[in-house]
Parts: sequence; structure tokens; C-alpha cells
Amino acid sequence: MVQNANVLEDPVVHRTRENRLLATLAKDRKAQFGLIVLCLFVIGAIFAPWIAPNDPNEMTMDMMNKMSIAHPLGTDDLGRDLLSRILHGTRISLFIGVSTVLIALLIGVTLGIAAGYYGGRLDFFIMRYIDLQWAFPNFIIAVYLVAVFGTGLFNIIAAISLAFIDDFARVARAMTLGIREEQYIDAARTLGFSDKRIMLGHILPNAMPPIIVQATVSVSYAILGEASLSFLGLGVDADTPTWGLILADGRGFITQAWWLGVFPGLAIMLVVLSINFIGDWLRDALDVRQAV
Amino acid sequence: MGIFLLRRLFGAVLVMFAVATLVFFMLRIVPGDPIAAMLADAGGPDEIAAMKRKMGLDQPVIVQYFKWFANMAQGDLGSSIYGSRQPVTQILLEALPRTLSLALIGFVIAIAIGVPAGIISAMKRNTPTDTAVSLFAFLGLSMPDFWLAILLIIVFAANLQWLPAIGYVPMSEGLWAWFSHLILPSIAVGTAFSAIIARMIRSSLLEVLRADYMRTAASKGLPVRALMLNHAFPNAMIPVITVIGIAFALLISGAVVVENVFAIKGLGRVLIGGILNRDYPVVQGAVLVVSAFFVFSNLLVDILYGVIDPRIRLS
Repeated sequence: MVQNANVLEDPVVHRTRENRLLATLAKDRKAQFGLIVLCLFVIGAIFAPWIAPNDPNEMTMDMMNKMSIAHPLGTDDLGRDLLSRILHGTRISLFIGVSTVLIALLIGVTLGIAAGYYGGRLDFFIMRYIDLQWAFPNFIIAVYLVAVFGTGLFNIIAAISLAFIDDFARVARAMTLGIREEQYIDAARTLGFSDKRIMLGHILPNAMPPIIVQATVSVSYAILGEASLSFLGLGVDADTPTWGLILADGRGFITQAWWLGVFPGLAIMLVVLSINFIGDWLRDALDVRQAV
Repeated sequence: MGIFLLRRLFGAVLVMFAVATLVFFMLRIVPGDPIAAMLADAGGPDEIAAMKRKMGLDQPVIVQYFKWFANMAQGDLGSSIYGSRQPVTQILLEALPRTLSLALIGFVIAIAIGVPAGIISAMKRNTPTDTAVSLFAFLGLSMPDFWLAILLIIVFAANLQWLPAIGYVPMSEGLWAWFSHLILPSIAVGTAFSAIIARMIRSSLLEVLRADYMRTAASKGLPVRALMLNHAFPNAMIPVITVIGIAFALLISGAVVVENVFAIKGLGRVLIGGILNRDYPVVQGAVLVVSAFFVFSNLLVDILYGVIDPRIRLS
């Protein structure tokens, strides 16, 4: 704590990445908002079965009730409690958002660093693959993969992660091309370090800042993508409440029950907005210069 | 410039060729065999065999591939496996004007909001106006387009009853009828795009305003108007154009989803309907058209880039 207080007083002191992160966070209201809201959603997701007032799929005779103490966000056409459904939907959304990006990051960064480091034929093939994937909008890739593989949790995760691989590969390769020319890489080579050690120990850490920013942005896109897919009926399955599915189910009743059209979307927007705020803060704090 | 054009065009055609090949083979080599699942819907073994013969599925994959390609080159993408077995090309040609209208109006709305917003927030940097624009841009980026579509329907169609909630009317039935059906969907499609443009223009303009040549021009005593129009904007537009190309993908992806909310039978609804019905000839065709759009809009951006910045033509 004492150390952090010093950092705030004297901006010159924050040399390390952690200090810089904290120092910029203290000034960034949007990022603070984002972190708090995101934490609330994460807590909601983890403890959903205990917090939720009802079972998310339990049908009752209270159909399309307005907001009340028993049903804080009202109920849908089958008498299911909207708050409970949204809370359970948080689990799927966050899980898919994070897991797909981790998978895409792992594969994409490996491809990108290998391509940038080894160059030559490997680089040529990896780049052609990336170019090819670049020819499809990410969401269309995900839609086509779901069309081919079918719906379901595993397939959705596979489809969304595959759609993001090229983004990570591109960033990692561009960083690697720059870092490869640094003197410390020459030094590491001279010392006889293995390629693996140079890539993992020297290139990867230095390529991390833009990859972290890319990952943050991608989580928000992945959450939006999953919501869109399940809204279109290409989601996990019809019995698992996800935000997109809840909206799709409520769509026919929005004239009688506006809350069915408003709250699930509000949940999506709040989470995505928080992640975007955090991404913006990381971009500043890690000094990443990059277009949207 | 001629060689530059030719090279980019050749590249785009090559990518389209690869895209088509990928789209074809993915459906056929994937485990679980989506084609078999599609045929199972067709009926008993006799119907399946007849269908297979009709679609050429009894031949080796490589033969199918070349036939498919030859047919495609002549504009024949096969036919839907449902109902009256409408040719896919015909279905897509019917859908295309709807998606194009939607994307175009969405594009215009996005530019009309995003460009002034970006310029204003750059010129009034760090004022409440700038903060407000930035906050709206964040909201626009974070709002799912289909949710915005639902909100617009709740407010403007269901409650205020200013605009129709769903459907599409061709331009031939009246300009206003066509336009009024497209206003809400276009706003839903264009909002995220306008946020991206506003943010991009702001940061790119701020960068240019700091440049040495701007200081030189200002110290020559150029009026602010000339300074902005002749020096700042042309240079600030270069990165913006790339983003416009990338954001076109967003516009099309957005249209795919939003068409389904507004029951507009454009490419997106055809695509999703095809997937839900396992109507693979239709799905293939729709994906091909969507990616063709994307590839050629990227090509256009590349060319525009070369026009604006002559250095790029040489690289």
C-alpha cells in the first residue's frame, strides 16, 4: 500500500508494469467502473444457483408478471423468473467469452511467433492461412462452422475460438518480426539458447502487451458473438438459458412485456462495456499503439 | 497504377478461389457428415438415392468439386433441397437488394453520425463534449445489434408507432415505403460502425494535429479552415479508410443478425434459415456471396489507399 501511495504522488517512479497499471487505474474512472461491474457479474455467475430466487427453467403460473419482490426482473411467458435466467446465463456467457479467447490465443500466438521467428516457408504457409481466414468476417466464420459442426456447447466454443485465431497470429507475428531484430535476441543466440527458450523466454514476454489488449477486446467480441449465435437459434441448446436465447424467447412478447426485451440485453451490454473500458485502460497503461 | 491494380485484383480473385474451395470441402470432410444428415431429412432410402444422384453426390468428391466449380463459374449454385427446389442463384438474387439496401443505409447513417462526432470530439479535446462522444461511442460498441433492434422496435414501432416494425418493401412500391421499413434496421446495423469511425477519426485527427507540418502550416499564417481542410483531413483519413474496410465486415455480420429481427429476407435470413433447415446448397451460396463482398470491399479499400497515398502503390 505504501509503495502504491508513492507511485501516485510521483509519476516518475512507476517503472514496472504493475505500478504503471495501478497508477493509471487510479485515474481512470471508466476502468474502475468496468472492473467493479465485471466483478459483480463474475460473482453472480459463480454463485448463480445460490443467489437466483428460482430455478431458471422452473415454470410457474405467474406468467409475464411485472417486476416485484418475488420476481425482481419480472417473469416470461412461461412464468420463468427472468433474474434467475439472466444470472444463469452469465455463467455461459463468461465461460464462453474467456475459454474461446484462451484457446484462440494459445493457437494464434504459437502460430504467429513461429511464423515470425522462423520465417521462410513456414511463415509463408501460416500467412496464407491467416490471409484466407481474413477473407471471412469473424462472425460469418463462426456461423459457417456451427452450420458444419452443429450446435452445442463444445461446437460453439470450437467455432468462436477458430474465428479468432488469425487476429492473435497477426499481432504475435508482427511483434515477433520487430523483437527478432533486437540485440538481446542476438545475445541469447550467441549464448547458445535454444529456439524454444528464445521464443518462450524472450520473445513471448516482450510481445505480450498488444496480445493482452487483443485478448481483452476479443473477449467482448466473443461474448457478443455467442449471444448473437444463440439469439439466432445456433447456440448451446434450447434448455440452457443464455442471454441471446432469453432475448430470442422474449422477442415475441415485447409489446406486452417490455422487460423481456430490455434486461437480458442490458446484461450483455454492461458486461461488454465493462470489458471494453478495461481494454481501453490496458491499452493506455501497457502503451499499446494499435487501431481499433 | 495499372500494375498495382492488376496485382491487387489478381490477389482478390485468388483469395475468392481459395474461399470457395474451403467452403466446398469443409462440408464434405467434416466428421458427422452434415450432407448425410441433410439427406436423412429427405425421406426413405429410395428418395435419398435419387437425391444423391440428382445432386451428384454419388460421384467422387474431387469430381463433385470440379463440377461444382464449373457450374459456379456459369452462375449455377445448385438448388434448394426444399419446397419448389428454387435455384440458389435465384434465392440469392432476390435477397441481395435487401441486404444491400440495409448495408448501404446503415453505412450512410454510420458515416453521418461517426464523422462529425469524431471531428468535434478531436477539436474539443478533453471537454465535456469529448467525454460525451466517447461515452456514446463506447455504448454503441458494446450494445448487441439485435438488442438495439429490439429496443428500437419497442420504442418507435410498438409505442410511438412512427415506423413499421418488420418486413421489407421493394423500392418499386414507393420510395418512402422502402425507406421507412429500412430506417430502424439500418440504425441497428450502423450504430456500432459509427462508434468505430468516431473513435478512429478522433485519434487519427489528434495525431495529425500534432505533426510538424501542421505547426509549419500554422506558423505560415494559414487560416484554420485551410489548415483543417487541406492539411489535417486528408492525412487523418488514411487510417480511417482501412477501418472502414474492416468495419464493412461488421456491417454485413450485423445485417445477418438484424435481418432476422426485422424479418427481412435478405442474405442473413437466407443463410440462417438455410442452416436451421440443413439446406446446404443455400448455406454455401450465401456464405460465398457474403465473403465475396468482404474480399472485394477489402480490395476497394486497398485501391483507395493507393489513390490517397501514392507510396503504397510501390510496396
